[in-house]
Amino acid sequence: MLKIGPYTFRSRLFLGTGKYDSAETQNKAIAASETEVLTFAVRRMNIFDETKPDPFESTDVSKFKLLPNTAGAKTAEEAVRIAKMAKAADMCDMVKVEVIGCDKTLLPDPIETLRASEMLLEEGFTVLAYTSDDVVLARRLRELGVHAVMPGAAPIGTGLGIINPYNLQHIIEQSDVPVIVDAGIGSPKDAAYAMELGADGILLNTAVSDAKDPEKMAAAMKYAVEAGRLGYEAGRIEKKFYASASSPTEGLSRV
Amino acid sequence: MKVVINGIDKMIPNDVTTIQQLLEHLKIGEKKAVVERNGNILTKDEHKNEAIEEGDRIEIVHFVGGG
Repeated sequence: MLKIGPYTFRSRLFLGTGKYDSAETQNKAIAASETEVLTFAVRRMNIFDETKPDPFESTDVSKFKLLPNTAGAKTAEEAVRIAKMAKAADMCDMVKVEVIGCDKTLLPDPIETLRASEMLLEEGFTVLAYTSDDVVLARRLRELGVHAVMPGAAPIGTGLGIINPYNLQHIIEQSDVPVIVDAGIGSPKDAAYAMELGADGILLNTAVSDAKDPEKMAAAMKYAVEAGRLGYEAGRIEKKFYASASSPTEGLSRV
Repeated sequence: MKVVINGIDKMIPNDVTTIQQLLEHLKIGEKKAVVERNGNILTKDEHKNEAIEEGDRIEIVHFVGGG
């Protein structure tokens, strides 16, 4: 079981809800993923433009724990405002702190992320902080008291997989709160790898929403996360330079 | 009366005097909207009694898909 703040989850896969072709595809992918946590963004309502329907209205979100992000914020103050707006919807008190500091890489601004996390913790939020794979920043966030750290595998939407497994392993080894690998996952292999390294969960969006068959990919990610977790718990073997036979070397039948 | 809603200048009828009435006027009463009036985020309970005045800056936001 995955515990984040006061919440407990059976599934270790969190799913983003952006970029799906249709609400139908999104709903099928959500179901196939068996996720319990859906992420959202907070945006202005299209009040005066009826030609842009809100695809989200057709998803029954009551069965899920909602995780709004603060995407769009470039400062801690903007992130806090978005988080408070999300909380005013009476649907959750978790928040994914996401303060972007670079338009090309969409990497988080470490200083604003730290400030926003501190302010939101003071406001009583359950804080999941999206961060780069910086070992020291992850530690500083934990020292503030965040409920989970969410290092990126690679920049958002790139699907590059785990660029720096070395850093990620150190973050995981040092962490006393759940580590959710968020962003940059491209394929089930990446998700399984992160889980084998000891991550507590995976948050992904594009890898499923932009797959040729999002429903099938959502199922694949579910299995990958489960397989990776089981592999981590089972304990992988050491890598060796020389081969060692799996079949007995004695008792060979000879002509 | 003239107000600014999501950055757009809008004329609203003078009998719309509260946030709740504004949401009804805009036909978004039942949706999961969060309203901010002049920088002050409102809880749902506050919609009924929060007045609207000439020149108010109103933000109406909701959840959309995101990662």
